[in-house]
Amino acid sequence: MLKVEDTGAPVEFSPALIKQFDEIVSRYPKGKQKSALLPILHLVQAEFGWVSTPAMDKVAGYLALEPIEVYEVATFYTMYFMRPQGKFILEVCRTGPCCLVGAEKIMDHIEEKLGVKEGEVTPDGLFSWRGVECLAACGYGPVLQIGPEYTFYENLTNESVDKLIDELKKKANN
Amino acid sequence: MGRKLLLTNINVPGINTFDVYRKNGGYASVEKALKKMTPDEIVEEVKKSGLRGRGGAGFPTGMKWSFLAKPEGVARYLVCNADESEPGTFKDRYLMTYIPHLLIEGMIVSSFALGAKVSYIYVRGEMMPQIRILEKAIAEAKNAGFLGKNILGTGYELELYVQPGGGAYICGEETALLESLEGKRGNPRIKPPFPAVAGLYGCPTVVNNVESIAAVVPIINEGGEEYAKIGVGRSTGTKLISAGGNVKKPGVYEIELGVSCEEFLYSDEYCGGIANGKRLKAVVAGGSSVPIVPANLFLKTINNEPRLMTYESLADGGFVSGTMMGSGGFIAFDEDQCIVRNTWNFTRFYSHESCGQCSPCREGTGWMEKVLHRLEYGHGKMSDIDLLVDVAKKIEGNTICPLGDAAAWPVASAIRHFRDEFEWHVTNPSEALTRNFGLAHYADPLPKKEPVTS
Repeated sequence: MLKVEDTGAPVEFSPALIKQFDEIVSRYPKGKQKSALLPILHLVQAEFGWVSTPAMDKVAGYLALEPIEVYEVATFYTMYFMRPQGKFILEVCRTGPCCLVGAEKIMDHIEEKLGVKEGEVTPDGLFSWRGVECLAACGYGPVLQIGPEYTFYENLTNESVDKLIDELKKKANN
Repeated sequence: MGRKLLLTNINVPGINTFDVYRKNGGYASVEKALKKMTPDEIVEEVKKSGLRGRGGAGFPTGMKWSFLAKPEGVARYLVCNADESEPGTFKDRYLMTYIPHLLIEGMIVSSFALGAKVSYIYVRGEMMPQIRILEKAIAEAKNAGFLGKNILGTGYELELYVQPGGGAYICGEETALLESLEGKRGNPRIKPPFPAVAGLYGCPTVVNNVESIAAVVPIINEGGEEYAKIGVGRSTGTKLISAGGNVKKPGVYEIELGVSCEEFLYSDEYCGGIANGKRLKAVVAGGSSVPIVPANLFLKTINNEPRLMTYESLADGGFVSGTMMGSGGFIAFDEDQCIVRNTWNFTRFYSHESCGQCSPCREGTGWMEKVLHRLEYGHGKMSDIDLLVDVAKKIEGNTICPLGDAAAWPVASAIRHFRDEFEWHVTNPSEALTRNFGLAHYADPLPKKEPVTS
């Protein structure tokens, strides 16, 4: 069961964000604004880092849906986080073809390097990591992605993972 | 060198931009289709080409198009399935990344043929970079008058939108995709009614894979009959194969259907053989859902004839000794890979991705995952092997969508061909994780090259 956490922090959508919502809704026929739900949840997650209950309630209000219609969708799809995450979320492909070329060892290495288990956040709040199912990049494995733009890192080695994590740390501190 | 129809210009610098793409003959099929052909003629041309759906099912695209209901005053939709998630498959990502205008061009021609005025490309949410690429390509095409109102002065209008998914394998199933596009959970619908009658928003809809839509471009440019000259029998044209796993040169290859499996795997034009000088143990030829076959049965059919990369030849021998073309997700396993571990991994995938609608799939995939986990980790019993076969049999055919079948086949085929490796995990529990069963009698049937002596 997915547990939805609630930090109680209020959620405000900026006018710029609402403008993006409006553009998305305009892609569908009149009355079919529910189609905008998945793209809007992506925008919300990009803005706040995860999808909280107050955020989902606000989305429901914006799209004129019942809150449950948003909850059931947000919890069905794997990309939406129901609790706060690290600033950088390393998502490593853990499916067959990537495992044939060493994805399991890469995940072990990330766990050791970051010092946190899958799904946990590092004490400095910078990183969390998890294994995800096939990312459709089987020829370039092992691979990982980092949201919200889902930048891709291919043919991973322990060294390239170390370098990536160090670079992200530097980026966060600047 | 085999003929290339989709990736002809893939190495031209800047082919991802409109200007370079156009200079290299891009969008010619739009001009031809909109100015010189009727929608029915386009459908006829696609029928003649023999093009079969490239997403996995292999259903003839032209026939799918001709089933589209055309009631008066009701909108029709074309939806492109770019929810590429089948383990082993990464051809659509490649196509959208490097030659996005080919997909846009195909979408315009196909939408015109089907009478759609609004079309969607449903891309899996993880492919955010590809979504950006497609959005840029759409803006370029619109700017040049190939999208929007009154395209090329013909009066035809089309709007094209990219829709991100939310990370769910099940949304590759066409009715689940439509549910997701409507903003709902990706639960597959009960068919009938088929999308051709009641699809997106209850309107007649065609859902096609990225590669199928892209293939419409050469079909219109060169004619369906010309396209059908490539290939063998009912497997016409070219196909993108995503080669991964332990091959020397992983990547996306465009093959003429009919290339022999041996040539595809071992020639330097394609995979270049198995990496690190190892030998081939097994192959999954069309994405994780298709039956796994040992090396000897991959290269030759049970009748000792060379196996070809065609829909028919790969399926030769049925589920007893054959496999399927599927989506073209080609995964090679070298001699050091553990079949039990891989089967567990694939089953975990299906268990994770089952939408939970149908009990046989929701419960069965979880049970299989647990049983395979204990076999792999040395806690299994001999009776577990038959238990797995039994569970797989009870999932297969008893679910709304094919995910149940897709979960059952890899398990059933792995046990059929590699039963002694499963048994070895039971009889050697202490070694199950530390050592591998190895090649055994599935050995690579190709003779080893003579060592070069100086």
